[in-house]
Amino acid sequence: MQRIGDKPTTRRWLIGTGVALSLLFLLLPLVAIFAQAFAEGIGLFWENLSDEYTLAAIGLTLFIAVLTIPINLVFGVFLAWLVTRFEFPGRRLLQTLIDIPFAVSPVVAGLVYLLLYGRTGWIGGWLDGHDIQLMFAWPGIVLVTLFVTCPFVARELIPLMQAQGAREEEAAVTLGASGFTIFRRVTLPNIKWALLYGVILTNARAVGEFGAVSVVSGSIRGETNTLPLHVELLYQDYNTVGAFTAAALLALIALFTLAAKAGLEWRAARREEFR
Amino acid sequence: MSSTTLFARAASKRVLPGFGLSLGVVLLYVSLILLLPMTSLIGELSQLSLAEYWAIISEERVVASYTITILAAAIAAIVNAVFGLLMAWVLVRYDFPGKRLLDALMDLPFALPTAVAGITLATMYSSSGFMGRLLAPLGIEVAYTWVGIALAMAFTSIPFVVRTVQPVLEDLPVEIDEAALTLGASDGLAFRRVILPLLWPALVTGTGLAFVRSLGEFGAVIFIAGNMPYETEITSLMIFVKLQEYDYAGASAIASVVLAVSLLLLLALNLWQGHFVKRLHGGKS
Repeated sequence: MQRIGDKPTTRRWLIGTGVALSLLFLLLPLVAIFAQAFAEGIGLFWENLSDEYTLAAIGLTLFIAVLTIPINLVFGVFLAWLVTRFEFPGRRLLQTLIDIPFAVSPVVAGLVYLLLYGRTGWIGGWLDGHDIQLMFAWPGIVLVTLFVTCPFVARELIPLMQAQGAREEEAAVTLGASGFTIFRRVTLPNIKWALLYGVILTNARAVGEFGAVSVVSGSIRGETNTLPLHVELLYQDYNTVGAFTAAALLALIALFTLAAKAGLEWRAARREEFR
Repeated sequence: MSSTTLFARAASKRVLPGFGLSLGVVLLYVSLILLLPMTSLIGELSQLSLAEYWAIISEERVVASYTITILAAAIAAIVNAVFGLLMAWVLVRYDFPGKRLLDALMDLPFALPTAVAGITLATMYSSSGFMGRLLAPLGIEVAYTWVGIALAMAFTSIPFVVRTVQPVLEDLPVEIDEAALTLGASDGLAFRRVILPLLWPALVTGTGLAFVRSLGEFGAVIFIAGNMPYETEITSLMIFVKLQEYDYAGASAIASVVLAVSLLLLLALNLWQGHFVKRLHGGKS
């Protein structure tokens, strides 16, 4: 049966336009990042990469990701369990609240943290009296990163856990399994791939966050400079090759994220076929 | 019936364990990470009188930034509505070599850090960049104009339309095409009169999300914008500038406007979608 838009000319025309526009708007910038990074040869690329401040920025970025991912992983699992396995008043409100970080401008996210924990803020003022500084130091970066990435794991888990339903877990309860056993033996195997993808997304955003982090970090070279901030710093210094070297690292993480997503989807599709 | 008894009654029906624990963890986390910081904005704003607040948010330079941000975001959203619909259609309806790669490529703007997208677009479209050099003879200036702002916004919000329309298009049954075509409709007519109305809610939601995201976009835009007062300054940058001048009250006032607009738009999208679903199911949601 011929479907709408299946005439050979229409088909060719639509695919051609779509592919051409995607290459122009999506693939070309990606190629440009690597072209710029290697513009002055591989020697300068390595030199830029092994720069003291670049290494410090990589270290800090990894450190932030290592701290935020587990926290938001645990939170995301608890949230998904709560809203898909129980009915309670305020459930919808909670689901809406959790989407706020998606809608809020990153600069505004940074601002609200600065207001609360900065020296003039009501918690920040108290902390300052006790010589604890959160803003313009790494704990501030961790806090805003937690804020901007908190919905990712839950967003991946909720639709899946809703679709799967609670029957298997209920059966486990009847057989007398404890809560933790149920989670480990029944729920976790069912959600592990979605969970993994949630973690990968959290990682991508935690590593790449710019707006919120730049508000609270103070961008001190070698101290509170994450990789995206370092990209900006080098770019403002007219060190284009250096900036694109750091950008190429971040682009590699993005490519890994896309590959992981495609891989996990391919896996899920194949499992559907076998069923 | 008081809310506590309602709560207790519902709780007794729960079979699965962990309600108390997960509710506790979630509420604690949401209060600490989401709600508490948001209240600080209200605290900061309460220090301003209404007249001061109005003076800040209606300052000429700030109003110019609203206009630029909203116009550029609207153009980006419309461009993405067309491009996103085309890509969703091509990816769902046709098979061709490289389709899987193209599908994966659609998510690039979400995966790529915004600052990276920003410096890349700025370099490509500057007068010395290879896209800029191509466009200059045609009299098109992208970098440091509102066109560049719209381009950066469009880049970062491409996935919204594609990924909201794609699943709906996948779920449309073959019979719809059959019915339209056997009745002799042309492709264009059948698409416009039969398929588009069914895709409409997803298309509007995706476009709306792209618009909201563009309003708040910062990292991708500031590099290509040039940031000239009254001309290419976006609202997020105005907040950032005020913060660098330690004018927290001013930053909060402008932030409250951005926040209110994006939350209202999200709410409107949700309500509209709910209303549409209700109409589709004959008054029952």
